[in-house]
Amino acid sequence: MAASLRCFLRSGKKAVSALGQREFHKSAPVAAQVTVRDALNQAMDEELERDERVFLMGEEVAQYDGAYKVSRGLWKKYGDKRIIDTPISEMGFAGIAVGAAMAGLRPICEFMTFNFSMQAIDQVINSAAKTCYMSAGLQAVPIVFRGPNGASAGVAAQHSQCFAAWYAHCPGLKVVSPWNSEDAKGLLKSAIRDDNPVVFLENELLYGVPFEMSEEAQSKDFTIPIGKAKVERAGTHVTLVSHSRYVGYCLDAAAVLTKEGIECEVINLRTIRPMDVESIEASLMKTNHLVTVEGGWPQFGVGAEICARIMEGNDRLTASGRRLSSRRGC
Amino acid sequence: MKTMLAIISNALCRMTGRNAGARVVVSRSFADFTPQATFDIKKCDLHRLEEGPPLKAELTRDQGLQYYRTMQTVRRMELKADQLYKQKIIRGFCHLYDGQEACAAGIEASINPTDHLITAYRAHGYTYTRGVSIKEILAELTGRKGGVAKGKGGSMHMYAPHFYGGNGIVGAQVPLGAGIALACQYQGNDQLCVTLYGDGAANQGQLFESFNMAALWKLPCIFICENNKYGMGTSVERASASTDYYKRGDFIPGIRVDGMDVLCVREATKFAADHCRSGKGPIIMELQTYRYHGHSMSDPGVSYRTREEIQEVRTKSDPISMLKERMLSNNMASVEEFKEIDVDIRKQVEEAAQFATSDPEPPLEDLCNHIFCNNPPLEVRGTNPWSKLKSVSKT
Repeated sequence: MAASLRCFLRSGKKAVSALGQREFHKSAPVAAQVTVRDALNQAMDEELERDERVFLMGEEVAQYDGAYKVSRGLWKKYGDKRIIDTPISEMGFAGIAVGAAMAGLRPICEFMTFNFSMQAIDQVINSAAKTCYMSAGLQAVPIVFRGPNGASAGVAAQHSQCFAAWYAHCPGLKVVSPWNSEDAKGLLKSAIRDDNPVVFLENELLYGVPFEMSEEAQSKDFTIPIGKAKVERAGTHVTLVSHSRYVGYCLDAAAVLTKEGIECEVINLRTIRPMDVESIEASLMKTNHLVTVEGGWPQFGVGAEICARIMEGNDRLTASGRRLSSRRGC
Repeated sequence: MKTMLAIISNALCRMTGRNAGARVVVSRSFADFTPQATFDIKKCDLHRLEEGPPLKAELTRDQGLQYYRTMQTVRRMELKADQLYKQKIIRGFCHLYDGQEACAAGIEASINPTDHLITAYRAHGYTYTRGVSIKEILAELTGRKGGVAKGKGGSMHMYAPHFYGGNGIVGAQVPLGAGIALACQYQGNDQLCVTLYGDGAANQGQLFESFNMAALWKLPCIFICENNKYGMGTSVERASASTDYYKRGDFIPGIRVDGMDVLCVREATKFAADHCRSGKGPIIMELQTYRYHGHSMSDPGVSYRTREEIQEVRTKSDPISMLKERMLSNNMASVEEFKEIDVDIRKQVEEAAQFATSDPEPPLEDLCNHIFCNNPPLEVRGTNPWSKLKSVSKT
């Protein structure tokens, strides 16, 4: 009696939770707190399900669930064919991923951090980025290179470099740098659906940070267009332009400055290349003051490019810019 | 009998014009020739293999003429490129393939058009065997819009379905080839990828990374080292601690093949293809071959090797001559037939060169096209802030 009751309850519980799940999808809570890690995981899960040509390869992405647990659960769900653990051979597996993309698949190639992508940078630039142009459109390379970029916590110089400026220098590449969970999910989905090589720069310190995700952002077809910046906070006195983790810093700074009567407009670039200079210009027409904020080194960096473009650009702009960045070596 | 025919054909030529006489010879000869013969081919050295390719190769008359035509076309096309380069009509890089024709012809003879192939920068021969016309190749070399890559790629960046170039960075094409093989395995289509590299590239680290992953995952990849004895100006002895390139894959089985004999290459590639398709994983082939030209058009090719060596290979091991002699001595074709083929090829190459010289260069509006694939048009900065160019990517 007890056993069968237990059984009944168990099956009932399953039925209820199943019902609950269905209802969850039909009318989701208005917004939810989702970490960047989970948002990236969702994006990959949805794209793997949507298109069987999509697969993930990299070190520890499968059985370890991802060095930073970003690909948690994916190997259990999709198996060895779609989630591939590679040996420690960046140049080799990046090249293999590019070759697979050339032959019709849609790989996501993970670098454990972008510092290691330097070993494979020839494949990213010369094999992936330049091929569509050199072949006059005959050969597409629909690949995403993703992984944590830039500073982490006390991991020393070799593990802390920001590659935004390095990759954004090259035509043929799209370079994306999300900040919050919506950015992460929407931009990663767009990157995977894009027929071009996309360098997707995440940030390790953001992985565990929860952000609010709207109901719309939780849907399976939510994408954010590559190449459009977002004004995170409207303001009138100064424009702060940033990407990745430092957007958060800018918003914190804005909160402090507003008490002093200074209203900051915070622009989240979202995409480094192609850069949405129009959004920056439009903002500067209002504020006339520019500060760029980034984690990379200042010399020849993202901020330098923004300042140069503003200086060269629209003659009606009289703004001059200042760059905030990590400390310049020498 | 032959002399009588010759007399008749000559007479006919004088009376009616060249073509009639020639036709007489051909139609008479067809019935006389041996339709098929078997040839002994050199035994291949084996690494981690119990058995290797067969020691005999069958050749039909049609196959022989086809291989001859292919090799001779590549030969004449490369020599025409040499000429055009010296006239400064072709500029930039130009790495010629003459001497190595048996490799391209033999490989293509044993794989399917649906199989895949990728090579490095000495790629004109493979571009042809993979289906691109002489016209489109030469026009690409001269940088005209009728070129296979619309004049944007040049010598090292020509592409075709199931042919991935043409790659400028030494060795980078090897992981790419392993990736193409991964795609074949992933899609379960029974196709394989032939991934070529040279004796110079054989020392690149990324090759060993590719070998490891290809063996680990049993990718259907035939890695082929075209050993032409020199990596640019460095002989194999000066570059490699081990010049047994077919063994360099260590745990991957290997075969060393006479790359100057099209039949040897064909049989070895067939063997390798069977190996891959049966799910045994990758295999390495080393083709021992030779290039007559220097590394590129800016290299006379005699500062690091002797003219005598080049001449010796030309006289004793030329792949085209070897095939021709085999067929003639077995009465599989006539001298006149080969001459006709030569004349025809010369004509085609000449026409292609004409086209390549007269076709216009791509228009300036095309300069920035195809930066991205399948992308809405975008604005591209020109050489100064006020110069805005457009980039369009048609599908």
